[in-house]
Amino acid sequence: MSTLRGRGIAAVNYPTGMNLGGDPSQALIHSTPTGAFMITLSSTDLGQGLRTVMAQIGAEALGVPMETVHIDTADSDTGPHCMGTFASRATHRVGNAIMAAAKEAKEALMDVAADELEAAPEDLETDGEGNIRVVGVPERSISVTDVALAAHFKHGRTLSGRGMYTKQKSEVDPETGAMDPDSTEAHACTVAEVEVDTETGRVRVVSLRSAYEVGRALNPALVQGQITGGAWMGMSHALYETTAPYYPAIDHGPEDFTHYLMPGAAELPEIESTILEMPSVNGPFGMKGVGEMTANSPIPAIANAITDAIGVQITELPITPEKVLRALEDSDSQEAA
Amino acid sequence: MSDAKPFDVIGRSHERREARGHATGSTLYVDDVSYPRMCHMKAVRSPVPHARIRGVDFSEAERVPGFVTHLTADDVPKNVYTILCLIGVEPDEEQVLASERVRYKGEPIAMVVAETEEAAFEAAAKVKLDLEELPAVFDVEEALAPGAPIVTHWGSNYFVYEGHHCRRVRYGDAPAAREQADRVITGRYQMSPIEHAPVEPTGCIAKPEADGRVTVHTNTQAIFFSLDNTAIILQVPPHKLRFVGGTVGGGFGGKVDVIVEPLATLAAMRTGRPIKYVYTRQEEMQVSSTRSANRIYITDGINDDGTIVSREVTSYEDAGAYSRHTPYGCTKHAANAAGPYTIPNVSIDVHCVYTNRTPSSAMRGFGVTEASFALEMQMDRIARELSIDPWELRMRHAYRNGDERPYRKTTEDATLIETMLAAAELAGVELSADLRAMSSDDRGVPA
Repeated sequence: MSTLRGRGIAAVNYPTGMNLGGDPSQALIHSTPTGAFMITLSSTDLGQGLRTVMAQIGAEALGVPMETVHIDTADSDTGPHCMGTFASRATHRVGNAIMAAAKEAKEALMDVAADELEAAPEDLETDGEGNIRVVGVPERSISVTDVALAAHFKHGRTLSGRGMYTKQKSEVDPETGAMDPDSTEAHACTVAEVEVDTETGRVRVVSLRSAYEVGRALNPALVQGQITGGAWMGMSHALYETTAPYYPAIDHGPEDFTHYLMPGAAELPEIESTILEMPSVNGPFGMKGVGEMTANSPIPAIANAITDAIGVQITELPITPEKVLRALEDSDSQEAA
Repeated sequence: MSDAKPFDVIGRSHERREARGHATGSTLYVDDVSYPRMCHMKAVRSPVPHARIRGVDFSEAERVPGFVTHLTADDVPKNVYTILCLIGVEPDEEQVLASERVRYKGEPIAMVVAETEEAAFEAAAKVKLDLEELPAVFDVEEALAPGAPIVTHWGSNYFVYEGHHCRRVRYGDAPAAREQADRVITGRYQMSPIEHAPVEPTGCIAKPEADGRVTVHTNTQAIFFSLDNTAIILQVPPHKLRFVGGTVGGGFGGKVDVIVEPLATLAAMRTGRPIKYVYTRQEEMQVSSTRSANRIYITDGINDDGTIVSREVTSYEDAGAYSRHTPYGCTKHAANAAGPYTIPNVSIDVHCVYTNRTPSSAMRGFGVTEASFALEMQMDRIARELSIDPWELRMRHAYRNGDERPYRKTTEDATLIETMLAAAELAGVELSADLRAMSSDDRGVPA
């Protein structure tokens, strides 16, 4: 009896956005009288940090400080339509809607600023710190707050914008399957190392080293959060989880976390990753959806590493100690014969 | 160009705005919402996977102190529906509450509303069910075999895609190419059903308002999708409903199903009182949707030099008793079932199969996780059988920009090769100069 070591790889693509499209999201932006910008949505934050990333996109597109941009979501009475947070779509779809709304709001902002500065709008720029100035003449500048006050109390104008993003729905040709299923494709590759105890059948994941191509990481720490969480979920899927331990039979279904096993902190492998940025054509600032795919490449990479270690391919998930021992037994008896 | 980032705000790791609230417990979730006179609702569920319902007896439940009311299928205005009706998917098939027949273990037959959660549990447990058990089918291939118990109301155990019994992709002529290939390598791959396991269980609170509308606090992933489906099931104008949410303690696709909101809203309209309906962990684990446990068969035609000339995929997606989002998932699966590789002949059949299992539905990676698992194990199987380096096999076949996909879209943003090179470097894997010279913008195979 011994510990066998193996290495496996997997390379995957992942489509951004609802399959076939036809999934609108909308954003409305308005400024308060003192120049804070409210972005109103009906999108949901699942814990991935949607509000933060949307505020970043809005602030970047408006050219104002991020702390002056607030996300108000999700109340169907006040928020405009969003199809929802799923299919790695939110940052792409809602982000694009915010880009469009910000463009309209910024035009209004620059128009009023131009009046106040007695300059042409095209000669103005934002400094990202809450001011608008004449290009090349930094002393001719006005704060966004003063522009907003002037817009409200002097010009009677709203600093607001509307944005909507919809990828036209694609139909599927029922004969050939011709369709347009994605907006862009993100990619991942994982190299997994495992140790298999041939006496107990237990698999220990030693390391997961991955590269993720995400178009652009709008918030690298949040991308890293998705990656680490996804790697853990993939490992859990590969080795631990099932609601039906003797699938397809429905018996022995776990009903709580003491029977539905997931890896704990002690089981966590070394997780290292590289983020590549190769901007997409249609994502806001070139981003691609990364929420779902981070769980995908670790699963077959771990399965392939187990094959590399024990010389037998186990093709049913999860790869439990019981399955490992049975596979080893089968290969032993085959060799003996 | 300077090295400075061209952006002021994006590309930087700003702290997640709710992080401190989540970490300290001050974030408000659905379960934190409470109203005076709020009632609690619990489901009466089938203990068996397939049965005819002969009777439901509430007489003992009604005697539980705190019992308020019960709901059955007769109370639901549009009791049979399908969640994807909003994007034109037919036919209606899922029962909000089972009438006449239950199709999976845990299917709700009735709801009980009580003054406290304890009373609701107790009353639900005291509802007597008279069920006549029927033969059940759990395996996807057995479900499609002649003579299998039929799960649906239309007489077959599969979803129909525009006249076809599966979602299909046909590109080139895969069977003919396989016949010509030097060898054929096949594999069978089986996914497992897994639970979304959100920290926050699925739930909502429906509150009747003075103006006749109902406000629903929900942890749905899709506010308007849930609102519109609720309006359809209850046959009320959508403007009568207001859905509030946006802060969700984990979704992973499970909270795109619309399960709790219609029943809570109905009970609120019936009783005139706020109604709370939140899943227990047991319900999350065994009643709420799972990932589909796809069974995937891959047959590849391969020449001795390692070129994959054909790929045929037959995949059975285990929808369980109702299809929910699975018809969509099968199409997404079909689009991705040949993998990120350029293969000149591809044939894909993805079956959306009904069984007497807990319904599966959307889950992180829907349709693609399953494909990637099977394909990447198959790529390794090929590499082992032909003694080819698994990196080389993948990189040679990796799709390039300008390549046409089996679904007939031209690739414009492939970066698989660059991603693999970066992973190899990170993991300290030495690749040959030929592989290191590859690019997603260049089909040229190094000599």
